[in-house]
Amino acid sequence: MGMTITEKILARAGGLPKVSPGDVAVVDVETACLIDLSFLPEGWRNVLQVADPSKVVIVFDHLVPAPTADAANCMRTGREFAKKFGIQRLHDIGADQGISHAVIADKAYALPGTVLVNADSHTCSAGAFNCAARGVGGPDMLYAVTTGKAWFRVGETIRYDLTGRLRPGVSAKDIFLFIAGKWGAHVNQNIEYGGPGMASMSLNARRTLTTMGTELSAEFVIFEPDDTLVEYVKARNPKPFTPTLPDADAGYKERRTIDLGTIEPLVALPDAVVNNSVGISEVAGRHIDQAFIGACCNGTLDDLAVAARVVKGRKVAAGTRFIVTPSTEAIHRAAMAAGYVATLMEAGAIVTPATCGACVGGHMGVLGPDEVCITASTRNFKGRMGDPSARIYMASPATVAASALAGQIASAAEFFQGDVS
Amino acid sequence: MRTGRVWKFGDNINTDLMLPGPFLYRSAEEQATAVFMNNRPGWVKQVQQGDAIVGGFNYGMGSSRPAARSLRMCGVGFLLAESINGLFFRNAVNYGLLACECPGVAAAFEEGDAAVLDIENWSVRNPRSGQTLQVQRVPEQLLAMMLGGGVYPVLEREGLIAPRDA
Repeated sequence: MGMTITEKILARAGGLPKVSPGDVAVVDVETACLIDLSFLPEGWRNVLQVADPSKVVIVFDHLVPAPTADAANCMRTGREFAKKFGIQRLHDIGADQGISHAVIADKAYALPGTVLVNADSHTCSAGAFNCAARGVGGPDMLYAVTTGKAWFRVGETIRYDLTGRLRPGVSAKDIFLFIAGKWGAHVNQNIEYGGPGMASMSLNARRTLTTMGTELSAEFVIFEPDDTLVEYVKARNPKPFTPTLPDADAGYKERRTIDLGTIEPLVALPDAVVNNSVGISEVAGRHIDQAFIGACCNGTLDDLAVAARVVKGRKVAAGTRFIVTPSTEAIHRAAMAAGYVATLMEAGAIVTPATCGACVGGHMGVLGPDEVCITASTRNFKGRMGDPSARIYMASPATVAASALAGQIASAAEFFQGDVS
Repeated sequence: MRTGRVWKFGDNINTDLMLPGPFLYRSAEEQATAVFMNNRPGWVKQVQQGDAIVGGFNYGMGSSRPAARSLRMCGVGFLLAESINGLFFRNAVNYGLLACECPGVAAAFEEGDAAVLDIENWSVRNPRSGQTLQVQRVPEQLLAMMLGGGVYPVLEREGLIAPRDA
């Protein structure tokens, strides 16, 4: 039997002829990304040796700019570490900063056919780049940085074949909510996306879908490579890479087909992402205090464009806070150049610097007791964005923007009428 | 053979419940006082050294935060669950928390039961019911880290990181 994409990449990086579900593979790490939280005093140690500083990336993202002295201290440690070992790819506060997964996408640090690890859980984001990327713990990062290696238990793979194309106003977030609602968690399983439908999805849309794979509790989440991807990476990263397709006789635990044209906008109810999706009509009209668009999954230029389109010439409802956080400062600048930031601000939204911020309950949009938020971010766990009594609904950027205008959960369908898919 | 008094938790117990966000920047000792404060307040005062957690499906879903360290510091001797989230499992290996998957475990144990875990033979027994279940084997090299205090001692021995207070 042949290998899936993930199995082929792990085998190649491990110098092995084949890996199969159940194996533990020790592999070479091509890219190791540290974040501000990697340098928390309780987890970080004085590193004596770095295997290859050119394979290390440091991005400050969780609490940026530092809202507390503790957060500032983490970044201070990170800067000292970068200096000590001559790590060039340090994305400090400024023009090149952003949420690590989005910086990795902006810069095409994630090379097709290679292994990437990052201390943040949403690392499977880089799977959109045909990269075997996985979120690991702080100690795994110390191991990867010092030895150049990581271990993985090889899981079984679920293959999704995408067909058709999304209808206007429906987005990759809705594909995710559909999968999470229909099939639930994918614990210890890999996800592989391919099929003719992927051609109609932008790299940003693919990245929304792979990023949210973390919420399916998947191991690796990976797309097939195509020309769109290869051209994007070649234009930004001079390193050689090997786009990796699955073998024709790859062994899958299950193969599922999704006709993108049948997906409806969905909303996840509070406290859990999986097995918790409903149609908008079921929750339309519920009051919200805050609407949020951002995080690694939904602060792309495409997401900001959709939000701007929905609110253009309209006003955020009185008493509702609409907070938008671009995923990187580069996206922030592009959104300014395109006029999206001005449109959002004129409607009454605030646009923050790039940070994990509100999504992680850190700063710039934390929820108080009993408040209700609709969010296009990564998680709606109890207490995730602030007080444990707050209620967090999750939806697409279009639905969140429409809800911000209404002051209650609302469909965005009217803003896309007449569009051709 | 390890015997632990069982604390039962359900499906999809997430890392934010074990290590709430506001505690991320606190000391490991302070983090250990916050375990389950939002879903089971007071638990940290009741749990005793060597106790066992029996969980359901997808135990430890969520973030990369070091929730496994908090459980170990609370005194949890071992954790058995129907299934364990891959990222939480990595942290269990790296922070030296014995954590194994064991289909059927949620139904086989009640809160307060004793769980007798035998990792020589990969089984767990409930003396109250007499029932014995198979525990899924943890690969050799990962088990060695789990039982040896995690990855930090390995990196220290190899001279890759300095000891804690150096």
